[in-house]
Amino acid sequence: MHLLVCGGTGCRASESETIFHDLKTTIASKGLENEVQVITTGCFGFCEKGPIVKVMPDNTFYTRVTPADVTEIIEEHVIKGRKVTRLLYINPETQESVSDSKHMGFYRKQIRIALRNCGFIDPENIDEYIGRDGYQALGKCLTEMTPEQVIEMMKKSGLRGRGGGGFPAGLKWEITRASMADQKYVVCNADEGDPGAFMDRSILEGDPHSVIEAMAICGYCIDGSKGLVYIRAEYPLAIDRLKTAIGQAREYGLLGDNILGTGFSFDIELRYGAGAFVCGEETALIHSMEGLRGEPTVKPPFPSVSGYLGKPTNVNNVETFANVPVIINRGAEWFSSIGTEKSRGTKVFALAGKINNVGLIEVPMGISLREVIFEIGGGIKDGKKFKAVQTGGPSGGCLTAKHLDTPIDYDNLIAAGSMMGSGGMIVLDEDDCMVSIAKFYLDFTVEESCGKCAPCRIGNKRLIEILEKICKGNGTMEDLDNLRNLGQVIKDTSLCGLGQTSPNPVLSTMDNFYHEYLAHVVDKKCPSGQCKALLRYIIDAENCVGCTACARICPVNAISGERKGVHIVDQAVCIKCGACLEKCKFNAVFIK
Amino acid sequence: MEMIKVTIDNKVIEVEKGTTILDAAHTVGINIPTLCYLHLHDLNITNKPAGCRVCVVEVKGRRNLAPACVTECTPGMEVSTHNIRVLNSRKTVLELILSDHPTDCLICPKSGSCDLQSLAQEMGIRQIRYEGEQSTYREDTSPAIIRDVDKCIMCRRCEMMCNDVQTVGVLSAVNRGFMAVVAPAFERNLDHSECTYCGQCVAVCPTGALTEVDHTNNVIRTLADPSKTVIVQTAPAVRAALGEEFGMEAGTLVTGKMAAALRRLGFDYVFDTDFAADLTIMEEGTELLDRITRHLKGDTTVKLPILTSCCPGWVSFFEHQFPDMLDIPSTARSPQQMFGSIAKTYFAEKLGIKRENMVVVSIMPCLAKKYECSRNEFKVDGNPDVDFAVSTRELAHLIKQANINFLELPDEDFDRPLGDSTGAAVIFGATGGVIEAATRTAYEVFTGKKLDKVDFEQLRGMEWIRRAEVDFDGFPIKIGIAHGLGNARKLLEEIRDGKADFHAIEIMACPGGCIGGGGQPLHHGDSSILKARTAALYREDAGKAIRKSHENPFIQKLYEDFLGKPCGHKSHHLLHTHYFDKSNPVEIE
Repeated sequence: MHLLVCGGTGCRASESETIFHDLKTTIASKGLENEVQVITTGCFGFCEKGPIVKVMPDNTFYTRVTPADVTEIIEEHVIKGRKVTRLLYINPETQESVSDSKHMGFYRKQIRIALRNCGFIDPENIDEYIGRDGYQALGKCLTEMTPEQVIEMMKKSGLRGRGGGGFPAGLKWEITRASMADQKYVVCNADEGDPGAFMDRSILEGDPHSVIEAMAICGYCIDGSKGLVYIRAEYPLAIDRLKTAIGQAREYGLLGDNILGTGFSFDIELRYGAGAFVCGEETALIHSMEGLRGEPTVKPPFPSVSGYLGKPTNVNNVETFANVPVIINRGAEWFSSIGTEKSRGTKVFALAGKINNVGLIEVPMGISLREVIFEIGGGIKDGKKFKAVQTGGPSGGCLTAKHLDTPIDYDNLIAAGSMMGSGGMIVLDEDDCMVSIAKFYLDFTVEESCGKCAPCRIGNKRLIEILEKICKGNGTMEDLDNLRNLGQVIKDTSLCGLGQTSPNPVLSTMDNFYHEYLAHVVDKKCPSGQCKALLRYIIDAENCVGCTACARICPVNAISGERKGVHIVDQAVCIKCGACLEKCKFNAVFIK
Repeated sequence: MEMIKVTIDNKVIEVEKGTTILDAAHTVGINIPTLCYLHLHDLNITNKPAGCRVCVVEVKGRRNLAPACVTECTPGMEVSTHNIRVLNSRKTVLELILSDHPTDCLICPKSGSCDLQSLAQEMGIRQIRYEGEQSTYREDTSPAIIRDVDKCIMCRRCEMMCNDVQTVGVLSAVNRGFMAVVAPAFERNLDHSECTYCGQCVAVCPTGALTEVDHTNNVIRTLADPSKTVIVQTAPAVRAALGEEFGMEAGTLVTGKMAAALRRLGFDYVFDTDFAADLTIMEEGTELLDRITRHLKGDTTVKLPILTSCCPGWVSFFEHQFPDMLDIPSTARSPQQMFGSIAKTYFAEKLGIKRENMVVVSIMPCLAKKYECSRNEFKVDGNPDVDFAVSTRELAHLIKQANINFLELPDEDFDRPLGDSTGAAVIFGATGGVIEAATRTAYEVFTGKKLDKVDFEQLRGMEWIRRAEVDFDGFPIKIGIAHGLGNARKLLEEIRDGKADFHAIEIMACPGGCIGGGGQPLHHGDSSILKARTAALYREDAGKAIRKSHENPFIQKLYEDFLGKPCGHKSHHLLHTHYFDKSNPVEIE
């Protein structure tokens, strides 16, 4: 029997390490250590219900486990074979408990390719990876296929870059192969920076060998012997597991000189990023690795021609690499049978926001937003109304109810005014103010702009200043025109992808929720009640009994009135703290 | 060479493959505006980070606009340089840059020669639609250069000069986003950095972010003080560039008008740094010959090559970056300092005045000279040999303030005795000139023969590093020349690695030598201006009656009456110096 404990970052934050430790010691105290193995795995994806403990081989999926549940799981399930029903997932519709994850709405529509091993294997044990066909693809490439054949297979599979750009991976490999140089580099971009996105981190934490194997295959194809992983220093667990995995691969002769006796040599080093978002842009990433300021340069030349230290460099993202071994093992046709015509395979999304099932999901391309949000995601929290979904992170846009049935792929999302990005997906409900949402994302890009080109450096700052003005109730119709023109110019003139996409949240919310902008500007109202400055606390004369409680609690003495007389809020003084509303026992204070 | 066809603004043109849209458009008279872009053609210096986005154009089929300065033409490309989308974007971007720029143009030192100001004029910017917060920084004043970073537009020209050309590595971008700016590491002040004050950052800065420390008011106040005898000296390169400030064509020699203007400004004696340049040749040439002679006699302790030491930017550079090689450069002071030293001793004695009552002002093409004259080793009891070093640009301002119609001035001569010089001295202002001057004298002293031809063409030119051999009557003297500190670094590294077999090397910090100095009228990226100034200096040399320093009768008299012999005891005291280890390991405060 195996007890799989989720070791993803989310579950670790909820004491999954203690659960693991307690399970181990309790098993040992019962003398069962030979019969029962406790294993830490990578992320299961269902973060909403974490920490997750899965019992194999009967596939029992325990949710929201705490260290206090450990004894019961062992006493009841492990020893007596009785499931701990109270820890099982409850189907929100039928209210029945579901023990096998296969039957949960969250997993039913998922196809896990990049995440295939996350939650199944111990990421710190190479044997478990090998046990699930690991390094078979590398062996096959090195012994049975020429680099050209592998590249052909990659091209046929239709795999496109998962970091956001969507450039065909096989074509990139082919171009890098065609660039002549004494040294070429394979770079794995693990500088995941979109707020709320954690797929690359989960893959590296849960299945680091899949990336190592793919990088070696890529090295074989492009004729490069050096691999570099550019990873954020804020991902200590991913770094640890990657280091362990690289060490193990070297020990097994799967990295280093003369791999599998084929004469092919390849090794990987880590390079740490300091967390600048722009360093996810490949030229900025390369400059950062070279010890230069992390800022982009104009392409061409593309890295595949002149990259790290001026040598041809193939840069792919973690998720892209994670797909590679499976494609080699199962064939290009199998892979390309999944997804849509121009976007093959699956995509991992980080589902977050006002949604019931927050977590990491992998779905076939072409699935609709409706399926993702309402079936996998379990719908909107607290029965509220769906308003929009922000895809593509800070560079993406907001899609609305009218896009719910659009099949998700690279091209459809761009056509709808958003983008795939690295796969962030944040769901918004009726309580969210779209102007504030645009401001939130812009705040991020203003902070993360490198400052090299003027439109991004100054333009984004001006955009956010206008949005702040609007949220404070000082916006004018001219500001709305300026927003649109400025947004378009920033997209049109910025140097790199960051600036070329940074106005998307503003432009797409203006396209889809213009009435909310108008409400802020013309009526000086925030329809969702989120913009503090636009709120008005009013005392209803009919309900007010003149108890003076509100006047006494008001920190700025904005409320006046005689005892037993009706009280009034001076709007010019009020700081909208809401203390009066909270204090009033007679429902006399309301927000307008 | 492969030619391709492109269409720009409906004109079909044929250009070489690899040509940028900017260059291609230029060939058919379409001038796309630029701001961060800088290209000094003859020196092969290019800055094109594509950061300002002012040069954007529309390329048919391309999603976004393309920066013309870096985008190469491709076959069949259709470019529009001024349609409504392009114009709106260009204006919006310019408005954005202006929205984060102080609007104190009326009193900005760069007003009238500011690239940003000119561009705003050309683009007809009459309002800024996107006003908002401005980024502000601490001002930084050093002995020579003022950084008013609020005016930095992140064009990165200074950074390119400081790092790629000069390899000094002081200026680079710091911070990110809206607060991104160019500054020394850890945002320290320049005087706590490795800055050499070469001023090349100032020479290329398009705005008022980098300017010189202005001494014009000090000069005016001094001239008005009746208790002071005010003496002025003018460096060789100034006469070849000053006219540009008055609308004259680059390369116009204004030696006579300059002397006349200085006299009208009220200087008591109008002298010439060229006189001190001749003196420098006497001292440095003697030192060179001494080292060679000792070397030929088998003295293994003698250091060769000897390196020139006239350029204060270069002196700072080796003090900071090559402290292990301080014994290689000549110990001769620069002409500016030799002049000051002689003025406040020999000439003050002659006039019978105390050095405290004499003020020496130097007119220099250089900003490092401001720093040089403030160095403690060039002071006697706290009184500096040279009181104020003002740039060519500052002199032009002085002349304009004094209501002098420069163009109408007659040509006048310098005063004697410190105003007479030879052709050898005037070419000090161009790269290769110092070593050519030294060669003329050293040859005749070493061989005892007269030179038939004083022009050493092999030492002239604009190539960054030049190597030449001059036959000293059977003994080949190997000469190296470098201009630009990055090239100096290459030669120094060769010497350190024992790969160089030069006898003498001339080094000038600025591209082109002093004619391209940080205090000269701004070239705005036109390198033909630098070439014209160089040609002017060689023209002045060719027209001089005496073209060898040791034949200057006033120099000869100076040695007879006062100094004794070159490199003698008195010379050593007054005309030579020593260097300091200024390597500065970074300590984070």
